[in-house]
This record gives sequence, structure tokens and C-alpha cells, in this order.
Amino acid sequence: MSDSSLIAASSANAARRGSAVSRRILIGLGWLVFAFFLLLPLVVVIGQGLSNGLGGFFAAILEPDALSALKLTVFAVLISVPLNVVFGVAAAWCVSKYSFRGKAILVTLIDLPFSVSPVIAGLIYVLMFGARGVFGPWLQEHDIQIVFALPGIVLATIFVTVPFVARELIPLMQEQGTQEEEAARLLGANGWQMFWHVTVPNIKWGLIYGVVLCTARAMGEFGAVSVVSGHIRGVTNTLPLHVEILYNEYNHVAAFAVASLLLILALFILLLKQWSEARISRLRKNAAEE
Amino acid sequence: MSRRISPVIPGFGLTLGYTLVYLSLIVLIPLAVMFIHASQLSAAQFWNIVTAPRVLAALRLSFGTAFFAAIINGVIGTLLAWVLVRYTFPGRKIIDAMIDLPFALPTAVAGIALTALYTPTGFIGQFAADMGIKIAYSPFGITLALTFVTLPFVVRTVQPVLADIPREVEEAAACLGAKPLQVFRHILVPALLPAWLTGFALAFARGVGEYGSVIFIAGNMPMKTEILPLLIMVKLDQYDYTGATAIGVMMLLVSFVLLLLINLLQRRIETPN
Repeated sequence: MSDSSLIAASSANAARRGSAVSRRILIGLGWLVFAFFLLLPLVVVIGQGLSNGLGGFFAAILEPDALSALKLTVFAVLISVPLNVVFGVAAAWCVSKYSFRGKAILVTLIDLPFSVSPVIAGLIYVLMFGARGVFGPWLQEHDIQIVFALPGIVLATIFVTVPFVARELIPLMQEQGTQEEEAARLLGANGWQMFWHVTVPNIKWGLIYGVVLCTARAMGEFGAVSVVSGHIRGVTNTLPLHVEILYNEYNHVAAFAVASLLLILALFILLLKQWSEARISRLRKNAAEE
Repeated sequence: MSRRISPVIPGFGLTLGYTLVYLSLIVLIPLAVMFIHASQLSAAQFWNIVTAPRVLAALRLSFGTAFFAAIINGVIGTLLAWVLVRYTFPGRKIIDAMIDLPFALPTAVAGIALTALYTPTGFIGQFAADMGIKIAYSPFGITLALTFVTLPFVVRTVQPVLADIPREVEEAAACLGAKPLQVFRHILVPALLPAWLTGFALAFARGVGEYGSVIFIAGNMPMKTEILPLLIMVKLDQYDYTGATAIGVMMLLVSFVLLLLINLLQRRIETPN
């Protein structure tokens, strides 16, 4: 072995030894950040929720106001998520299958709700449908209430979750291209057959992923819903708003018990997300191997 | 307006039409109504509202805390992305899955959890209080809440880019005598910077508008710990729709200008010369 290659080998070894130490330090720091920022808040929520025992925990969750808040949250999710799924598929379809002028602008507009404060999302519907809003007088004449009632809560939830499904589907469908759909068409499938038998199976996991993210945000939205909700207990309170009311009444145990319920839902959502993500990456790997 | 790639695939008119109608009804028209509502004010009136001392204090607080939270995330987010991509160790998968917890957890839950931890009687807050540091009910607490809710952004933008950098490049540099810091500066930083900036911008934009997690820990004292979204809420509660609208418009405009600047910076980095 020549001198120069010996020197190179020893310096590479030294670098590796150095990196073994830094490796340990960095992993340790990573764990510390994780424990401090993610684990600790989680433990606190469950711990405080259970501080009066399981009895107190279930009493807070099964109390009528909590149940009606849960019902309202489920209701808002069940309306906003399907609507945004249909929108997401349509938007991803026209963005990924065709090229047209103004496409970049359209994609920016789809993402717009992410850069608008939730409070502003609530405010704009108050300006549209509130008593002094654009449609206020007309709505009052016809005795329709949108803001400070259920429709307002649903609208605000839809606004903040508009981009989720489209955002997941656009890159996926762009990667997949149009060949399979074209083949289906040439073999005689009509538009809907092509969509249900070729496109949907291809985008299934991306769709599930988008739905999972969309559901998480829809069930947890606070700012936007807070603006348009009338804060009427048992009527226009969603679960997150119910947590706020309990907390502000210094009923901390009940607040954390209801919060624990939301936390468990969030962990379940993370699990679903992980699962659909694994499926997507497996599909990608298969596609790359073909 | 269309120049289709593939004339065989149907549905262009239907999907584009539906997309535009839906976006207009849900997003564009309501936002336009806000701008129209604000345009009823004269320039001087608008200026008076948005430069009131209480509004300016909230503006500084919101943008300042969001900026610091994004910077903190820039550091710990890069650290987490690095550890998750480069090393295998026990618990790696759990950490990787849990990174997204702040996106899945309702912000109000995050808010009360962090408040419970950081009040002077809380689990961590008591130690800080012994040292004379006030975390909850101060801008420090707001920054902490924003750091929590925007934690996933930098990790999730840097992670895939880092995974795509071939290890051989760094090893070659090390064999040629580059010190670890030189490898970091000349190889990793240029490759990661665009993704890092994207994550930073997303975290910053989200932080400026964040409401749910902040109001519990902030203390909400006017001029001191009152964020802009809360000020909009206060104005709405007083039926001061015009004031709320003016602040909302100002907030959107400032955010857009900042995002545009970050975008331009990113383009300059991606295309040198």
C-alpha cells in the first residue's frame, strides 16, 4: 500500500470515528427534542384528563353538552370532507391531465386557504352572511341563519380544509401521467368507466392520505369555527370549542378529559396516515421497478 | 384557453369548471368581499386603524413570534430530519410517525397542554419560575406554542431532499480532506437551502395566522401579549366589523409580501447567476 493511500485511509477512519461520536450526540438531541416537544404535551393531556380517575374521565366525555359537541364535530367532518374530496379529485384531474394557460395560478389559488389565518376565514363569512353582511338583509327576510349557526360552522370548516385532498393528489397524478387512461379509452371504455376502473385504483392511497389529513384538520379546527359559532352550549359548540369553554370555567379535569378524546382521535389519524403512506411508497417502488 | 396534452381523456371542461366554481364560491368571492368591505374606508381611515398603537403592538408580536418560531424550527427541524434520514436507531419509526402530531392534534388541545406545562405552577414552568423566567403569559410562551404547531413543516420539507443526496458526495469530499464543517457548508447547505426556506415560509405563514394554540398560553394582555388574530376577534366581539376587516386585509397583505420575498430569495438560490 502506498503512503498516500495509507494517509487517505487513516483520515477516512478518523472521520468515521468522529462521526460515530456526533452520531450519538445528534440522536440524543433528536430524542430530547421529541420528548420535550411532542411526548410531554401528550402525557400532560392524558395525565390531567385522568386525574379524577376513569369515572371522572367518562363523566366529562359522556355529559350531554360534550356529546352534542361531538355530534356537531362529526357532522361538520361528514359534510366538509366529502365535498373537499370531490373538489380535490376534480382539481387534481384538470391540473394533472391537461396543460393550459393559467395552471400555475390555479394551483396557487388552491393552496390559498393555507396562508389565510383561520380567524380571517371566519371573518369573511361573517361579512358575507352576518346580519350586517352582504346577504344579511336577504337572509333575515327569508329567516335563514348561516353565521352563528350550523351552516356557518360547516362553511368555515370547508374553507380551512379545501387544499388537503387536491394537494396530495396533484403530485401523485402528475407522476402517473395519462397513458393508462388513454389505453382504457382506446380499448373502448367511456369516461366514467375509465375513471372508476383505471384512475381510482391508481390514486386510492393518495386519496385516503388526503382524506386523513383533511379529517384531522376538520375535526380540530378552532379559530375559524370560533368566529362563526354562536358559542351556544349544546347547540353550536364543536368539541374543540367545548374544550375552551370548560377550560375557561376552570373545569380543568373535564377540559383535559375531552381533550384526551381528541388526542386519541389524533393518534388514530396518525396511525391511518402512516399506513396509507406506506402503501403509497410501496406503489411508487413498484412503479419504479416496472 | 386550453392546449390539451391528451385529447382522448375526457373531463377537462367539467373538472376545470367545477374547480373554478367551487373555489370561487368558497374562497375567492368571500375573500373579495373582505377587500371590497375594506375599500369603503378612505386611505386615511384605513391607515389610522392599522397604525393604532394596539394594532402595531399586535403586529410586531405576531410577526416577531412567528419569525422566531420558524427559526427555531429551522434548527430543530433540520436536526430531526437529519437524525431520521441518516441514522437507524431504536424508536426511529415512532419519532418519524409522531412528527406529524401537531398537524393531527386540534390546536386547542395543544394550547391547553402547553399552558399546563409552562405556567409558573406547571411541570416545567415551576423550574423556569425558580430561575425568574416567565414562560406562559409572555411572548416566550407564544413562541413556544407556535414552534409546536409548526414543527412538522421544516422536517417534512427537508427530509425527502436530504434522503436524495447521495452519501458518496460527502464521503468523496471527506476523503479529499474536507472537514465536517466544510462538507456541511459546501455540500449540504446549498442542497438543502431551497427546501429549508420552503419549510421556513410555511411555518412562518401558519404561525402568523395561528389562533387556537396561542390564546391559552398568551395571557392576551393588550399591547403586551395580544396577537393579531385575537385583535380581529376582539373587534368582531365589539361589532367593529370595519376595524376587523382593515386588520384582516393588512395581515393578508403583509403575509403575501413576505411570502413573495421568500419565494424570490428561493429562486435566486436555485438559479445562481
